[in-house]
Amino acid sequence: MKEKLYSSIFYTLNIRTFASFFEQIYSMITEFAKRFAITALIILGGVNFVAAQTEGHGEVDDHNHSNHDTQDTQDAGHNSLDDGEHGDFVAKDFIIPHIADANEIHFFGDHHNGFSLPLPMIFYVEGKGFDLFMSSKFHGSHGTLTATGPNTGTVYIKHPDAGITSEGGESFYDISITKSVFGMMFIMALLVIILRSMAKSYSKHPGQAPKGLTNVLEPLVLFVRDDIAVPIIGKHKAGKFLPFLLTTFFFIVASNLLGLIPFIGGFNITGTIGVTVVLAFAVFFISTVNGNRNYWGHLFWPPGVPNLVKLLVVPIEVFGMFLKPTVLMIRLTANMTAGHIIILSFVSLVFIFNQNYGEIAGFGMGVFSTLFMIFMYFLELLVAFLQAYVFTLLAAIYFADATQEAHH
Amino acid sequence: MELLSILFEITTGHGLAALGAGVAAIGAGIGVGLIGKAALESMARQPESSDDLRANMILAAALVEGVALFGIIICLLVVLG
Repeated sequence: MKEKLYSSIFYTLNIRTFASFFEQIYSMITEFAKRFAITALIILGGVNFVAAQTEGHGEVDDHNHSNHDTQDTQDAGHNSLDDGEHGDFVAKDFIIPHIADANEIHFFGDHHNGFSLPLPMIFYVEGKGFDLFMSSKFHGSHGTLTATGPNTGTVYIKHPDAGITSEGGESFYDISITKSVFGMMFIMALLVIILRSMAKSYSKHPGQAPKGLTNVLEPLVLFVRDDIAVPIIGKHKAGKFLPFLLTTFFFIVASNLLGLIPFIGGFNITGTIGVTVVLAFAVFFISTVNGNRNYWGHLFWPPGVPNLVKLLVVPIEVFGMFLKPTVLMIRLTANMTAGHIIILSFVSLVFIFNQNYGEIAGFGMGVFSTLFMIFMYFLELLVAFLQAYVFTLLAAIYFADATQEAHH
Repeated sequence: MELLSILFEITTGHGLAALGAGVAAIGAGIGVGLIGKAALESMARQPESSDDLRANMILAAALVEGVALFGIIICLLVVLG
C-alpha cells in the first residue's frame, strides 16, 4: 500500500517535472532559433570582412619575382597525380590545395581537367565598382590563369601560390564566395532549417517526447545547457549566454563534420583561420561587453596583491585578456587542419611508396594507409565533437569570468 | 664559424622546423601521459566517479594536444611560408 502511494506520488511528480522541463526546452530552443539567424549573419559578414582584409593584400605584385614564380608554378603544375610516372610526387603540392581555401569546389580528378564546381568571384576595385563572375572564367596555360572583370575591365591574374593579383597592380578587395564561405552558407541554411523545425515541433506537441531529428539533437542541446553553460556560468546568468554558446557549438560541430565527408570537395571551414578569428572575436567581444566591475577590478587592480607585484601582474593579466581568444582561435584551426593533413599524408604515403619503392610497396602501403585512415577518421569524428566542446566550454569559462561575483 | 654555417644551413633547409615539431610532441606526450596516469589512478580509487573523470581527462588532453598543434602549425608556417 505504502509502496503504491509512493510510486503514484513519484509518478505525478515526474510528469510535472517533465512538462516544465519541455516548456523550458521549448522556450530555450525558440530563443536560440531566433538569435541563431542574427548570429549567423554577423559571423558570415565578419568572415567576409576578414577575408577581404587579408586577401586585399593580394594587390602586392612582385615584378622582380614574377618570371621566376611562373616557372616554379609551371613545375608545380606538372607534379599532379596523373604524372606519377614522369614527375616526382610532392606531398606538399598534393596536401596544401586540399586544406587551403579555394575558389571552386573540386570533386575529383586533376586540378585542371578534373570535375569541379565554379563559385562566384566578387571583386571591388576602388573607384571603379564591383566585378562579378564565375571562377570558371579563369583560363590560361599552366599555372597562371587570367580573367577580365566584366564591369571594370580589370585583368585578374591567379597564381597557384601567390593568390589573386591584378595586372596593373591595381588595389582591389576580394569578397568572393570561396569554398569555405559556401560551406558556411550551406551549414547555416541547414542549421536554420533543422533548428527552426525542431523548435516548431516542441510547440506543436507540448509535453510529448520528441521524435526523429529533434530526438537526436535534443541531447546535444541539453548537453550544452546542463554540462557547459549552467555549471560554469551559473543558473541565473546562463540564459543570457546560452544562445551564443549553442550557436557556436552547432556551427563548429556541423562544419567539422562537413569537412570529414569525402568526395564533396573537402571543406575545411573551421581550419580556415578567418572563420575562427571571427568566432574568437565574438567570444572576446561578448566577454568584454559583459565584463562587470569585479572582472575589470581583477584585471587592472587585483585585490590583495602588493603594489609592486601589481606592476608585474597587471600587464600579464591585460596581455592574457587578448591571449585567451587568440589561443581559442589557433587551437580550433590547428586541430582541424592537423586532422586533415594527417589523413592526406596517409594518402600521399601510398604515392610516395609507389614511386620510390615500386608498385608492390605502393600496394602494401595502400592497405596500411587505408587501415590507418579509417582509424584516423574515427579519431577525427571524436575530435569534431571534442573541439566544439572545448571551444564552447572555454567560451563559457571566459563569460563566467567576466560576470563573476565578488567572492572575498 | 663552421658550426654557425651548419646551423644556418639547417635553418634555411627547414630541418629545424621538423626538430621543433618533435620537441613540441615531446612536451605534449609528457602532458598527456601525466593526465592519463592521474585519471587512471583516480578511477582506480573511486570507480564510481569514472564518467566525470573521463570527461575531464579528455578535456585536459585536448588542451594539451592543442599546444603540440601550435608547434606543428608554426613548423608548417616555416616550411611553407
